[in-house]
Amino acid sequence: MAHAPEPDPAACDLGDERPKWDNKAQYLLSCTGFAVGLGNIWRFPYLCQTYGGGAFLIPYVIALVFEGIPIFHVELAIGQRLRKGSVGVWTAISPYLSGVGLGCVTLSFLISLYYNTIVAWVLWYLLNSFQHPLPWSSCPPDLNRTGFVEECQGSSAVSYFWYRQTLNITADINDSGSIQWWLLICLAASWAVVYMCVIRGIETTGKVIYFTALFPYLVLTIFLIRGLTLPGATKGLIYLFTPNMHILQNPRVWLDAATQIFFSLSLAFGGHIAFASYNSPRNDCQKDAVVIALVNRMTSLYASIAVFSVLGFKATNDYEHCLDRNILSLINDFDFPEQSISRDDYPAVLMHLNATWPKRVAQLPLKACLLEDFLDKSASGPGLAFVVFTETDLHMPGAPVWAMLFFGMLFTLGLSTMFGTVEAVITPLLDVGVLPRWVPKEALTGLVCLVCFLSATCFTLQSGNYWLEIFDNFAASPNLLMLAFLEVVGVVYVYGMKRFCDDIAWMTGRRPSPYWRLTWRVVSPLLLTIFVAYIILLFWKPLRYKAWNPKYELFPSRQEKLYPGWARAACVLLSLLPVLWVPVAALAQLLTRRRRTWRDRDARPDTDMRPDTDTRPDTDMRPDTDMR
Amino acid sequence: MLWLLFFLVTAIHAELCQPGAENAFKVRLSIRTALGDKAYAWDTNEEYLFKAMVAFSMRKVPNREATEISHVLLCNVTQRVSFWFVVTDPSKNHTLPAVEVQSAIRMNKNRINNAFFLNDQTLEFLKIPSTLAPPMDPSVPIWIIIFGVIFCIIIVAIALLILSGIWQRRRKNKEPSEVDDAEDKCENMITIENGIPSDPLDMKGGHINDAFMTEDERLTPL
Repeated sequence: MAHAPEPDPAACDLGDERPKWDNKAQYLLSCTGFAVGLGNIWRFPYLCQTYGGGAFLIPYVIALVFEGIPIFHVELAIGQRLRKGSVGVWTAISPYLSGVGLGCVTLSFLISLYYNTIVAWVLWYLLNSFQHPLPWSSCPPDLNRTGFVEECQGSSAVSYFWYRQTLNITADINDSGSIQWWLLICLAASWAVVYMCVIRGIETTGKVIYFTALFPYLVLTIFLIRGLTLPGATKGLIYLFTPNMHILQNPRVWLDAATQIFFSLSLAFGGHIAFASYNSPRNDCQKDAVVIALVNRMTSLYASIAVFSVLGFKATNDYEHCLDRNILSLINDFDFPEQSISRDDYPAVLMHLNATWPKRVAQLPLKACLLEDFLDKSASGPGLAFVVFTETDLHMPGAPVWAMLFFGMLFTLGLSTMFGTVEAVITPLLDVGVLPRWVPKEALTGLVCLVCFLSATCFTLQSGNYWLEIFDNFAASPNLLMLAFLEVVGVVYVYGMKRFCDDIAWMTGRRPSPYWRLTWRVVSPLLLTIFVAYIILLFWKPLRYKAWNPKYELFPSRQEKLYPGWARAACVLLSLLPVLWVPVAALAQLLTRRRRTWRDRDARPDTDMRPDTDTRPDTDMRPDTDMR
Repeated sequence: MLWLLFFLVTAIHAELCQPGAENAFKVRLSIRTALGDKAYAWDTNEEYLFKAMVAFSMRKVPNREATEISHVLLCNVTQRVSFWFVVTDPSKNHTLPAVEVQSAIRMNKNRINNAFFLNDQTLEFLKIPSTLAPPMDPSVPIWIIIFGVIFCIIIVAIALLILSGIWQRRRKNKEPSEVDDAEDKCENMITIENGIPSDPLDMKGGHINDAFMTEDERLTPL
């Protein structure tokens, strides 16, 4: 371990000085901003809705307590103690485990590619919100101007704007299409903003984070107030939060809760390690871990209330429109006076007409309108933001303002997560010293951002969205779980529980309680093994994706297609690549040791050196064993 | 005799204007939806205006300048408000082809709408699709303008940050004396690299035996 218990090694920061946070608030806000991301807005409410409303909170809290907070604490503690980015930290713990750090860096790189593309999409919508009427409010007319464009007519104006005018998506992943220039410049702008904010590391990030971390809360509050005053909001809230306890018997619920808490806290990216490494060593990271995890949790709940009240409004709106359309059909066909059937009278009138003119009524395009059906329509991910919310927004008075606020909030949320992700890549590179010392930090960050931007241009192709889904499903999930598992096992069993508790006692002033020790030792690795198994099981199913194909018979439903062979190969590669670093690095380390042993043995043939002595990691990389 | 003629005429008219008749169009108005409280009642005077507007539209068609209001026949007016109409030729025996009527109405739809304070959704000619208003396309889309502004701000900010970083570094390089004072505190500093103190002395440049220098500094605080 680098710093044995000695008076204040942190006081000496010189030419090599490690940057520091200006104050504790910056550090907390950065970690919170990194943890709180787009998933809190569009993933958690969806899960809550699908898995029995209020009942979902039970597995969620259990997962938080037994899995999320312990692993989070481990990351903050090792970052703060070892004062290095993820590569340095793992190399210090054990050179054989340096692959974990490399894996984290690779993973953060891959995730930053597609995450910033989503931020670019949000930026595009934000820029388009500055007009009235909003561009997604109506379909464009077709060439003769006799009707609307067919694709738009078949789906909806918002879907058309998203799939055609934004993504210009192809019907198949094989068909790459061309680069969409508007997405490319939005992507360039997003990476420019990220570069501007991380240009000097936490020096610049720390200033910007005040805005990017706090602005979303402001907007959420505004939306909450607005949402609760909309008609139908309370219906949405009641329906969506009503607990359905039976659903807890489904094991999927528990697994999804656990994976959600995991991604929600942004664990195993290496970002928290990087942020914590800029702390002073004597910082209570235990309290920080608990506080940030709870804040993240509360944000998810807070966001859910806002989202559900808006969804309730949307469902009520759709329900009323459905009724109105039916009433209009009846009035038009039977030539009743206008507005003669109110919404309440409709069922009675329909029954009466059905009795007297059954054939005529049967010919009419009447749809069954049930409020529950509309409330059940759930959406998550980009679908929630870019399709469902934009449609709801059109019905709210002052639509452009709400659209601007919403997309502004999503932009800042995505941005603060990007800071952590990019920092997870830059800090280890800085520590390892990839570029010579005289190259300024600005150049390194610029290079990283440029490389990321150029790599991410593949997502601006017409098939980009399909690739993004591949990255999201296959690069992120399995690797994060496996790396986190290795993190916990590495710290607890390789580094040693006793030494780790001693370090924490030195940093925070008290030893970790039995809760921490138990969760680290037993519960977290166990849980993680289960999840890894689950993810592997997921892969056994044939890999499918949903394509947007206007020529599909069931359009606007999305067509399910199988991934072609090369795409499947890409999926497998993405899910293995970051984790492959672990065995590769361990092997490389082993070979280097062996070679050194042989070389030393050849240089000093008289000394009786057992090969094992040198392969023990302690002697080389843990100088404090000499110090103690 | 006159009665006979009257009945004959009405009979012929009745034949010409019937729901679903050849060259007949159904019209549907939603006055209350459009105007709410200010809705007017649909009476024969409104019908007269309607006939006048249709006749006006037909008169704009070449060869049909002689169309009169009496050539336009309405029938089956319901409470909805909806009715059928046909346009007859001067002999009042035949109806004008639907295609002509359709194109005439399409060209003047705006005038007809305005006469009744309605729009394309509330005054519907079933079977005559209305020409949609061209999309409002400003020469430069708004989003590009805003994008340009934001991007310029970002580029300027980046340039300023880079420049300020360069100035800061230049200033630091010109002030090595401050660095010396801090060295005293650094004795206990231990890095991961095998316990050799980190090297702030690099700033002084030149080839210096670092270990020796450290000792020296410690002993000569001046």
